[in-house]
Amino acid sequence: MSGFFGDWHALLILVIAGFIPNEAWRLAGLWLGSGVDEGSEVLVWVRAVATAILAGVIAQILVQPPGALASVPDWLRYGAVAAGFCGFVATRRSIFAGVVGGEIVMLAGKWWLG
Amino acid sequence: MQSVASTVLTLVLFATYLGIGALAHDTHFSLGWVLASTLLVWAGPAQIILISTLGSGATIVQAAVAVTVSAIRLFPMVVSVLPMLRTAQTKRRHLVLATHFIAVTLWVECYRLLPLVPRERRIAFVHGLGSGLLTVCLSATALGYGLAANLPQLFAAAILLLTPLAFLLSTARNCKQISDILALALGLALYPIVATLHTGVDILISGISAGTIAYGVHWWRERA
Repeated sequence: MSGFFGDWHALLILVIAGFIPNEAWRLAGLWLGSGVDEGSEVLVWVRAVATAILAGVIAQILVQPPGALASVPDWLRYGAVAAGFCGFVATRRSIFAGVVGGEIVMLAGKWWLG
Repeated sequence: MQSVASTVLTLVLFATYLGIGALAHDTHFSLGWVLASTLLVWAGPAQIILISTLGSGATIVQAAVAVTVSAIRLFPMVVSVLPMLRTAQTKRRHLVLATHFIAVTLWVECYRLLPLVPRERRIAFVHGLGSGLLTVCLSATALGYGLAANLPQLFAAAILLLTPLAFLLSTARNCKQISDILALALGLALYPIVATLHTGVDILISGISAGTIAYGVHWWRERA
Protein backbone atom coordinates (compact mmCIF):
# COMPACT_ATOMS: atom_id res chain seq x y z
CA MET A 1 0.00 0.00 0.00
CA SER A 2 2.64 2.49 1.03
CA GLY A 3 4.70 1.53 -2.04
CA PHE A 4 1.82 2.39 -4.37
CA PHE A 5 0.83 5.69 -2.81
CA GLY A 6 4.23 6.75 -1.48
CA ASP A 7 4.36 7.60 2.24
CA TRP A 8 1.41 9.07 4.15
CA HIS A 9 3.25 12.38 4.25
CA ALA A 10 2.97 12.77 0.46
CA LEU A 11 -0.76 12.00 0.61
CA LEU A 12 -1.21 14.53 3.40
CA ILE A 13 0.45 17.18 1.19
CA LEU A 14 -1.93 16.23 -1.62
CA VAL A 15 -4.94 16.73 0.64
CA ILE A 16 -3.69 20.03 2.09
CA ALA A 17 -2.31 21.66 -1.06
CA GLY A 18 -4.47 19.97 -3.71
CA PHE A 19 -7.78 18.62 -2.49
CA ILE A 20 -8.83 21.21 0.11
CA PRO A 21 -8.05 24.36 -1.96
CA ASN A 22 -10.21 23.08 -4.83
CA GLU A 23 -13.00 21.45 -2.86
CA ALA A 24 -13.40 24.49 -0.60
CA TRP A 25 -14.30 26.69 -3.58
CA ARG A 26 -16.70 24.09 -4.95
CA LEU A 27 -18.48 23.65 -1.61
CA ALA A 28 -18.58 27.43 -1.11
CA GLY A 29 -20.37 27.60 -4.46
CA LEU A 30 -22.79 24.89 -3.32
CA TRP A 31 -23.54 26.63 -0.02
CA LEU A 32 -23.73 30.24 -1.11
CA GLY A 33 -25.23 29.60 -4.51
CA SER A 34 -28.17 27.50 -3.43
CA GLY A 35 -30.50 30.48 -3.19
CA VAL A 36 -29.82 31.72 -6.73
CA ASP A 37 -32.56 31.31 -9.32
CA GLU A 38 -31.92 30.14 -12.86
CA GLY A 39 -32.32 33.13 -15.17
CA SER A 40 -31.62 35.73 -12.47
CA GLU A 41 -29.45 38.75 -13.23
CA VAL A 42 -26.89 37.80 -10.54
CA LEU A 43 -26.21 34.66 -12.53
CA VAL A 44 -25.33 36.66 -15.67
CA TRP A 45 -22.70 38.49 -13.62
CA VAL A 46 -21.42 35.29 -11.96
CA ARG A 47 -21.11 33.67 -15.37
CA ALA A 48 -19.23 36.67 -16.76
CA VAL A 49 -16.80 36.54 -13.81
CA ALA A 50 -16.31 32.77 -14.22
CA THR A 51 -15.59 33.27 -17.92
CA ALA A 52 -13.18 36.14 -17.24
CA ILE A 53 -11.30 34.19 -14.53
CA LEU A 54 -10.99 31.28 -16.94
CA ALA A 55 -9.69 33.72 -19.57
CA GLY A 56 -7.11 34.78 -16.98
CA VAL A 57 -6.04 31.14 -16.49
CA ILE A 58 -5.66 30.79 -20.29
CA ALA A 59 -3.64 34.00 -20.49
CA GLN A 60 -1.46 32.90 -17.57
CA ILE A 61 -0.52 29.62 -19.26
CA LEU A 62 0.40 31.54 -22.43
CA VAL A 63 2.27 34.43 -20.78
CA GLN A 64 4.01 32.40 -18.04
CA PRO A 65 4.17 28.93 -19.65
CA PRO A 66 4.76 25.87 -17.41
CA GLY A 67 7.44 23.23 -18.04
CA ALA A 68 8.13 22.19 -21.61
CA LEU A 69 5.86 24.86 -23.08
CA ALA A 70 8.46 27.44 -22.02
CA SER A 71 10.74 26.01 -24.73
CA VAL A 72 8.34 27.40 -27.36
CA PRO A 73 9.09 31.09 -28.16
CA ASP A 74 6.46 33.68 -27.12
CA TRP A 75 5.45 34.67 -30.66
CA LEU A 76 4.91 31.03 -31.61
CA ARG A 77 2.68 30.30 -28.58
CA TYR A 78 0.51 33.34 -29.27
CA GLY A 79 0.53 32.65 -33.03
CA ALA A 80 -0.51 29.01 -32.55
CA VAL A 81 -3.45 29.95 -30.30
CA ALA A 82 -4.49 32.75 -32.70
CA ALA A 83 -4.31 30.29 -35.62
CA GLY A 84 -6.39 27.78 -33.65
CA PHE A 85 -8.99 30.44 -33.00
CA CYS A 86 -9.10 31.38 -36.71
CA GLY A 87 -9.54 27.70 -37.59
CA PHE A 88 -12.38 27.48 -35.07
CA VAL A 89 -14.15 30.52 -36.56
CA ALA A 90 -13.54 29.40 -40.16
CA THR A 91 -15.08 25.97 -39.52
CA ARG A 92 -18.20 27.42 -37.91
CA ARG A 93 -17.08 26.76 -34.35
CA SER A 94 -15.46 23.34 -34.58
CA ILE A 95 -13.33 22.89 -31.44
CA PHE A 96 -11.63 19.91 -33.04
CA ALA A 97 -10.50 21.91 -36.10
CA GLY A 98 -9.30 24.75 -33.89
CA VAL A 99 -7.31 22.55 -31.50
CA VAL A 100 -5.72 20.52 -34.31
CA GLY A 101 -4.94 23.70 -36.31
CA GLY A 102 -3.29 25.40 -33.34
CA GLU A 103 -1.20 22.34 -32.52
CA ILE A 104 -0.08 21.96 -36.15
CA VAL A 105 1.08 25.59 -36.27
CA MET A 106 3.03 25.14 -33.02
CA LEU A 107 4.66 21.87 -34.16
CA ALA A 108 5.43 23.27 -37.64
CA GLY A 109 6.97 26.38 -36.06
CA LYS A 110 9.16 24.29 -33.75
CA TRP A 111 10.24 22.10 -36.65
CA TRP A 112 11.04 25.14 -38.80
CA LEU A 113 13.11 26.64 -35.95
CA GLY A 114 14.98 23.33 -35.73
CA MET B 1 -21.83 7.45 -21.88
CA GLN B 2 -22.58 8.56 -25.38
CA SER B 3 -21.93 12.12 -24.27
CA VAL B 4 -18.53 11.12 -22.91
CA ALA B 5 -17.59 9.53 -26.22
CA SER B 6 -19.00 12.24 -28.43
CA THR B 7 -17.09 15.25 -27.22
CA VAL B 8 -13.66 16.26 -28.53
CA LEU B 9 -13.04 17.61 -25.08
CA THR B 10 -12.72 14.00 -23.91
CA LEU B 11 -9.77 13.59 -26.27
CA VAL B 12 -8.25 16.82 -25.01
CA LEU B 13 -8.69 15.66 -21.40
CA PHE B 14 -7.14 12.30 -22.26
CA ALA B 15 -4.05 13.98 -23.71
CA THR B 16 -3.85 16.49 -20.86
CA TYR B 17 -3.92 13.74 -18.23
CA LEU B 18 -1.36 11.77 -20.24
CA GLY B 19 0.80 14.86 -19.74
CA ILE B 20 -0.03 15.10 -16.03
CA GLY B 21 0.90 11.44 -15.52
CA ALA B 22 4.20 12.00 -17.33
CA LEU B 23 4.91 15.18 -15.36
CA ALA B 24 4.30 13.34 -12.07
CA HIS B 25 6.67 10.57 -13.12
CA ASP B 26 9.40 13.06 -14.03
CA THR B 27 9.05 14.88 -10.70
CA HIS B 28 9.22 11.56 -8.77
CA PHE B 29 5.70 11.26 -7.43
CA SER B 30 4.25 7.75 -7.04
CA LEU B 31 1.62 6.40 -9.41
CA GLY B 32 -0.92 6.05 -6.61
CA TRP B 33 -0.30 9.65 -5.58
CA VAL B 34 -0.98 11.09 -9.01
CA LEU B 35 -4.06 8.87 -9.48
CA ALA B 36 -5.35 10.09 -6.10
CA SER B 37 -4.70 13.67 -7.23
CA THR B 38 -6.79 13.13 -10.39
CA LEU B 39 -9.60 11.65 -8.31
CA LEU B 40 -9.54 14.23 -5.50
CA VAL B 41 -8.44 17.45 -7.19
CA TRP B 42 -10.14 16.91 -10.55
CA ALA B 43 -8.90 20.09 -12.16
CA GLY B 44 -6.11 19.93 -14.74
CA PRO B 45 -4.43 23.32 -14.24
CA ALA B 46 -4.49 22.89 -10.44
CA GLN B 47 -2.77 19.50 -10.75
CA ILE B 48 -0.12 20.88 -13.11
CA ILE B 49 0.52 23.77 -10.70
CA LEU B 50 0.59 21.43 -7.68
CA ILE B 51 3.01 18.95 -9.23
CA SER B 52 5.31 21.55 -10.77
CA THR B 53 5.51 23.76 -7.66
CA LEU B 54 6.09 20.82 -5.30
CA GLY B 55 8.50 19.28 -7.82
CA SER B 56 10.53 22.48 -7.97
CA GLY B 57 11.03 22.39 -4.21
CA ALA B 58 8.41 24.92 -3.08
CA THR B 59 6.90 24.56 0.41
CA ILE B 60 3.43 23.12 1.00
CA VAL B 61 2.16 26.59 1.86
CA GLN B 62 3.44 28.09 -1.41
CA ALA B 63 1.87 25.24 -3.39
CA ALA B 64 -1.42 25.53 -1.50
CA VAL B 65 -1.61 29.28 -2.16
CA ALA B 66 -0.90 28.85 -5.89
CA VAL B 67 -3.53 26.10 -6.18
CA THR B 68 -6.11 28.05 -4.16
CA VAL B 69 -5.80 31.04 -6.48
CA SER B 70 -6.16 28.89 -9.59
CA ALA B 71 -9.22 27.17 -8.10
CA ILE B 72 -11.23 30.36 -7.53
CA ARG B 73 -12.90 29.92 -10.92
CA LEU B 74 -14.64 26.79 -9.59
CA PHE B 75 -16.75 28.91 -7.25
CA PRO B 76 -18.66 30.94 -9.88
CA MET B 77 -18.84 27.82 -12.09
CA VAL B 78 -20.62 25.85 -9.37
CA VAL B 79 -22.93 28.77 -8.59
CA SER B 80 -23.92 29.09 -12.26
CA VAL B 81 -24.44 25.37 -12.99
CA LEU B 82 -26.36 24.26 -9.90
CA PRO B 83 -29.58 26.15 -10.68
CA MET B 84 -29.79 24.08 -13.89
CA LEU B 85 -29.65 20.85 -11.86
CA ARG B 86 -32.09 21.66 -9.09
CA THR B 87 -35.75 20.74 -8.85
CA ALA B 88 -38.12 21.76 -6.06
CA GLN B 89 -37.40 18.47 -4.23
CA THR B 90 -33.60 18.60 -4.52
CA LYS B 91 -31.72 18.62 -1.21
CA ARG B 92 -28.29 20.15 -0.94
CA ARG B 93 -26.64 16.80 -0.17
CA HIS B 94 -27.92 15.42 -3.49
CA LEU B 95 -25.69 17.94 -5.22
CA VAL B 96 -22.41 17.27 -3.37
CA LEU B 97 -21.07 14.68 -5.84
CA ALA B 98 -22.17 16.72 -8.86
CA THR B 99 -20.39 19.71 -7.30
CA HIS B 100 -17.15 17.75 -7.02
CA PHE B 101 -17.29 16.84 -10.71
CA ILE B 102 -17.58 20.46 -11.83
CA ALA B 103 -14.46 21.70 -13.59
CA VAL B 104 -14.03 23.51 -16.88
CA THR B 105 -15.01 20.64 -19.16
CA LEU B 106 -18.12 19.68 -17.23
CA TRP B 107 -19.09 23.33 -16.91
CA VAL B 108 -19.09 23.98 -20.66
CA GLU B 109 -20.69 20.61 -21.41
CA CYS B 110 -23.47 21.31 -18.92
CA TYR B 111 -24.38 24.46 -20.81
CA ARG B 112 -24.38 22.54 -24.09
CA LEU B 113 -26.06 19.29 -23.02
CA LEU B 114 -28.25 19.91 -19.98
CA PRO B 115 -31.01 21.74 -21.89
CA LEU B 116 -31.53 18.45 -23.80
CA VAL B 117 -31.97 16.45 -20.57
CA PRO B 118 -35.26 16.40 -18.60
CA ARG B 119 -34.77 18.37 -15.39
CA GLU B 120 -35.44 15.48 -12.97
CA ARG B 121 -32.71 13.41 -14.65
CA ARG B 122 -30.04 16.09 -14.79
CA ILE B 123 -28.23 15.17 -11.55
CA ALA B 124 -27.98 11.55 -12.68
CA PHE B 125 -26.74 12.77 -16.06
CA VAL B 126 -23.97 14.83 -14.45
CA HIS B 127 -22.97 11.87 -12.23
CA GLY B 128 -22.71 9.69 -15.34
CA LEU B 129 -20.81 12.25 -17.40
CA GLY B 130 -18.50 13.06 -14.48
CA SER B 131 -17.62 9.47 -13.66
CA GLY B 132 -17.16 8.67 -17.36
CA LEU B 133 -14.71 11.54 -17.79
CA LEU B 134 -12.98 10.64 -14.52
CA THR B 135 -12.46 7.05 -15.72
CA VAL B 136 -10.95 8.31 -18.98
CA CYS B 137 -8.65 10.67 -17.07
CA LEU B 138 -7.54 8.04 -14.52
CA SER B 139 -6.60 5.69 -17.38
CA ALA B 140 -4.75 8.51 -19.15
CA THR B 141 -2.90 9.45 -15.95
CA ALA B 142 -1.71 5.86 -15.49
CA LEU B 143 -0.75 5.51 -19.16
CA GLY B 144 1.15 8.82 -19.17
CA TYR B 145 2.97 7.77 -16.00
CA GLY B 146 4.04 4.54 -17.67
CA LEU B 147 5.12 6.20 -20.91
CA ALA B 148 6.86 9.19 -19.33
CA ALA B 149 10.45 8.19 -19.98
CA ASN B 150 9.73 7.81 -23.70
CA LEU B 151 7.98 11.13 -24.31
CA PRO B 152 10.00 13.75 -26.22
CA GLN B 153 9.98 17.37 -25.03
CA LEU B 154 8.13 18.53 -28.14
CA PHE B 155 5.26 16.18 -27.27
CA ALA B 156 5.15 17.54 -23.73
CA ALA B 157 4.96 21.11 -25.09
CA ALA B 158 2.13 20.09 -27.45
CA ILE B 159 0.16 18.60 -24.54
CA LEU B 160 0.61 21.72 -22.43
CA LEU B 161 -0.63 23.88 -25.31
CA LEU B 162 -3.85 21.81 -25.41
CA THR B 163 -5.17 23.31 -22.18
CA PRO B 164 -5.27 26.97 -23.29
CA LEU B 165 -6.50 26.03 -26.78
CA ALA B 166 -9.32 23.82 -25.54
CA PHE B 167 -10.34 26.19 -22.73
CA LEU B 168 -10.42 29.15 -25.10
CA LEU B 169 -12.39 27.43 -27.86
CA SER B 170 -14.87 25.60 -25.63
CA THR B 171 -15.60 28.82 -23.74
CA ALA B 172 -15.91 30.74 -27.01
CA ARG B 173 -18.39 28.17 -28.32
CA ASN B 174 -20.53 28.65 -25.21
CA CYS B 175 -20.70 32.42 -25.50
CA LYS B 176 -24.33 33.32 -26.00
CA GLN B 177 -24.71 36.78 -24.55
CA ILE B 178 -22.65 39.89 -25.20
CA SER B 179 -21.51 39.72 -21.56
CA ASP B 180 -19.91 36.27 -22.13
CA ILE B 181 -17.99 37.39 -25.22
CA LEU B 182 -16.79 40.60 -23.56
CA ALA B 183 -15.81 38.74 -20.39
CA LEU B 184 -13.67 36.32 -22.41
CA ALA B 185 -11.98 39.02 -24.50
CA LEU B 186 -11.44 41.44 -21.59
CA GLY B 187 -10.25 38.64 -19.30
CA LEU B 188 -7.58 37.66 -21.83
CA ALA B 189 -6.50 41.27 -22.31
CA LEU B 190 -6.52 42.35 -18.66
CA TYR B 191 -4.56 39.45 -17.16
CA PRO B 192 -1.17 40.31 -18.74
CA ILE B 193 -1.59 43.92 -17.56
CA VAL B 194 -2.58 42.98 -14.00
CA ALA B 195 0.16 40.32 -13.88
CA THR B 196 2.80 43.06 -14.03
CA LEU B 197 1.67 44.09 -10.52
CA HIS B 198 2.64 40.64 -9.08
CA THR B 199 -0.07 40.74 -6.41
CA GLY B 200 -0.35 36.95 -6.09
CA VAL B 201 -4.09 37.17 -6.80
CA ASP B 202 -3.71 38.64 -10.32
CA ILE B 203 -6.23 36.22 -11.83
CA LEU B 204 -8.84 37.16 -9.24
CA ILE B 205 -8.36 40.90 -9.85
CA SER B 206 -8.40 40.69 -13.65
CA GLY B 207 -11.30 38.19 -13.62
CA ILE B 208 -13.60 40.14 -11.34
CA SER B 209 -12.90 43.46 -13.09
CA ALA B 210 -13.29 42.02 -16.61
CA GLY B 211 -16.44 40.11 -15.62
CA THR B 212 -17.97 43.14 -13.94
CA ILE B 213 -17.23 45.45 -16.90
CA ALA B 214 -18.78 42.84 -19.22
CA TYR B 215 -21.85 42.61 -17.01
CA GLY B 216 -22.03 46.41 -16.86
CA VAL B 217 -22.18 46.59 -20.66
CA HIS B 218 -24.92 43.93 -20.69
CA TRP B 219 -26.91 45.84 -18.05
CA TRP B 220 -26.52 49.12 -19.90
CA ARG B 221 -27.68 47.60 -23.20
CA GLU B 222 -30.72 45.99 -21.56
CA ARG B 223 -31.78 49.38 -20.23
CA ALA B 224 -31.08 51.35 -23.37
